[in-house]
Amino acid sequence: MGSNPIKLTTPLSEEDVRALRIGDSVKLSGVIYTARDAAHSRLVELLEAGRELPFPVEGAALYYVGPCPAKPPRVIGSAGPTTSYRMDPYTPPLLAAGLRAMIGKGKRGPAVRESMQEHGAVYFAAVGGAAALIARCVKELEIIAYEDLGTEAVRRLVVEDFPLIVANDAHGGDAYLENRKPYQSLVLD
Amino acid sequence: MREVSTELVTRTVRDLCLEANYRLPPDVERALAEARTRETSPAGRDILDVICENARIARDEEVPLCQDTGFTVVWAAVGREVHFDGDFKAAVDEGVRQGYREGYLRKSIVEDPFRRKNTGDNTPAAIHFMLVEGDRVDLLIEPKGGGCENMSRIAMLKPADGVEGAREFILRTIDEAGPNPCPPTIVGVGVGGTFELAALLAKHATVRPVGEYHPDPFYAELERNCLEEINQLGIGPQGLGGRTTALWLAIETHPCHIASLPVAVNVQCHSARWKRAVI
Ligand code: SF4
Repeated sequence: MGSNPIKLTTPLSEEDVRALRIGDSVKLSGVIYTARDAAHSRLVELLEAGRELPFPVEGAALYYVGPCPAKPPRVIGSAGPTTSYRMDPYTPPLLAAGLRAMIGKGKRGPAVRESMQEHGAVYFAAVGGAAALIARCVKELEIIAYEDLGTEAVRRLVVEDFPLIVANDAHGGDAYLENRKPYQSLVLD
Repeated sequence: MREVSTELVTRTVRDLCLEANYRLPPDVERALAEARTRETSPAGRDILDVICENARIARDEEVPLCQDTGFTVVWAAVGREVHFDGDFKAAVDEGVRQGYREGYLRKSIVEDPFRRKNTGDNTPAAIHFMLVEGDRVDLLIEPKGGGCENMSRIAMLKPADGVEGAREFILRTIDEAGPNPCPPTIVGVGVGGTFELAALLAKHATVRPVGEYHPDPFYAELERNCLEEINQLGIGPQGLGGRTTALWLAIETHPCHIASLPVAVNVQCHSARWKRAVI
């Protein structure tokens, strides 16, 4: 990445996250967990039943991804982000439980953005379609829950320098709205 | 009559599935690199760097450019002097099956739109069959991702809406799509024909090489203007702001009914994958 990226390692503290602003380039290292639609619905069921999640949620980062099968000897197949808004209905309870960061692509809804401000969380955009490059950042992989879900199972990944951009910060900032303005000379009514 | 073996069709489709998913067409790669030199948004430049680097990695390591290896769209132009020794459609599906298994590509097709059980091998392909002159079989494979396909739209405009109405519909479609189709995109536009024909034209327009304008100067100018306006929307790479929202826009047209003006927009992401072979 051209602009000086901020290096961060998980688990993330509230302080780490509150220091970030929309548009910041970040390189994230450490443990992250994967979950898509089906896994989210199960995770939230656990929370509602007052049970433990299959991973330590405090300070955790969730990556919305359904990777390709791994081509030996690789750890993971191509693994770019999926569209995040489908996870919106499940997100506020996870944030209340301590989730600190989410990685995906595309806009989030108002309830998620409010909850992020309240609990101090960040939403990172990974580069959609940069799946071969992102796979290279993944150093270890372990399926930790819901193996029956195939590509949607919850995986524990160890990543190194995963390139991200802050799309929604903990202060209500939304890069999809604000960072577009300086480049927009045509506004549709 | 020329006899073409369905085994050769299978082998060709298999190879095209791998090639298409591992290598970005050179014109698309060039367009991305050129966009990088023009982009003024810092985040936009970073993203274009990542996209260009991703294309290099996928090519060198022979791994999929994107984890969504798509619905396998097959454009098959078959010469009328060709005779196949077996079931053409089954041969294409077998090629997809082998390609997606052997190439470690993701299987993204469900067998029923409501009951949604994965077919497990990315079949069936979406085959668009055209009967043409000659004794050749021209196969073009276009793996189409879900994120960008979902942002595609069709409108049955009134003839009185004219060029202005079509332009506005195209711009609105891209504006509403925002970051979802993984911009920078390639925009395929189909104008005229019937409801289904317009959609087909729009999809086919997405495989016209970047840089090749419509042969009719009227449409070439419309292509130029629409592309310029799309890039004034500020959406930018991945929707995070910038001047590169679309890399290219291509229009295909067809005669239409005196009462209609169908306009379809098919959005293709920057992972604008396709590969062609003639047998
Ligand atoms: S829209 Fe294209 S680049 Fe983005 S995730 Fe889907 S297939 Fe990949």
